[in-house]
Amino acid sequence: MKALASILLSLLLLTASGWAAAADGLVAVAGPMGPKLDIGKGGHCVRDPKFMRSNHYKLILHQRVETVRQGIRGSKYELTNCIDCHASKVNHSVLGTNQNFCQGCHVYAAVKIDCFECHSSKPREFMKATDHLATEDAK
Amino acid sequence: MSDVNEDRRQFLTRGPALAAGIAIAPGMLLIDLAHGAEARPAGEPASSKVRWGMLIDTTKCESGCDDCVTACRKENDWPVPKSATDVQWIRKVELKQESTGRQVNLPMMCQHCESPPCVDVCPTAASFKRADGIVLVDKHRCIGCRYCMMACPYKARSFVHEPVIDHESEMPRGQGTVESCTFCVNRVDRGEQPACVEACAKEGHKALLFGDLNDPNSEIYQRIRSVTSVHLRADLGLNPGISFVGV
Repeated sequence: MKALASILLSLLLLTASGWAAAADGLVAVAGPMGPKLDIGKGGHCVRDPKFMRSNHYKLILHQRVETVRQGIRGSKYELTNCIDCHASKVNHSVLGTNQNFCQGCHVYAAVKIDCFECHSSKPREFMKATDHLATEDAK
Repeated sequence: MSDVNEDRRQFLTRGPALAAGIAIAPGMLLIDLAHGAEARPAGEPASSKVRWGMLIDTTKCESGCDDCVTACRKENDWPVPKSATDVQWIRKVELKQESTGRQVNLPMMCQHCESPPCVDVCPTAASFKRADGIVLVDKHRCIGCRYCMMACPYKARSFVHEPVIDHESEMPRGQGTVESCTFCVNRVDRGEQPACVEACAKEGHKALLFGDLNDPNSEIYQRIRSVTSVHLRADLGLNPGISFVGV
């Protein structure tokens, strides 16, 4: 009974720390020792977050081959779907600071991220709303 | 390249399919011709029943107009070329017959060949032809060797020398890879027309006609059978997807 109470208490404390983190817009992913990230819109992921944390790259690696080479569209494992949900509402990107969703975790794990050397790090809706030619002179 | 007997190749690869098509009951073809005008359903791969192509009517292509080029640049987000080595997916070309002075305007881009030399030479299989005939570069595999650029008789491909900064388009682009016209593959998959075709029609020129070369109900299928058109460098036997009127 005592053990159960201590488990409940620690769970309560964990949730409380989660709430405290949420106050500045950041969420502690992967436990209290993990990075604190701006998860953007968030919500239900296409797979269990724990699975995604260690396997997301396998899903998008598989998907990129099917999309580029076979032309299969509309999969739930598209990189653009990741970005649509997880781009920060502050800078409309998954990159930029060490709190941004992709960059934050990759910096924490010290894994180089290649996707955005070519792919846009901004959500589709935001891209549609901005005029590409407006930035043309700067290029 | 020119030594390859294309007819024999096609006979060997398509012979069995043709035989199967004949074997079915009269009036029923095994290979049902697909209509490519609508968006392909999610999860479905590009079909080899479709062959995307374009018919360019140079008599309607106006001198000095570069709306197709601007539209392509806007859609795929590539910068204004400042030197000969800069990225250029599509360009306007003006031809002049010296003896008569007759001038012809045309947009030049990847011709989406049936037997693309760029695919033949690619050491990493990054250069490939999709089932529906669109020739693409898989930039995940491209190592930037530029063999394809040398192999292409149309000078249609470019190498990205500079880092791509603030890229905001559906078409990923990156430094160190080769790229070219994709027929706006993302739009085509949604059932839309390539950006250049849309821009040309918007301006009222309608010099570019895009569609499925295999679909008897498509406008391009019928036009190509009713007007005189040519492939550029037809002597190479590459069977490009793009044909020209009035060249």
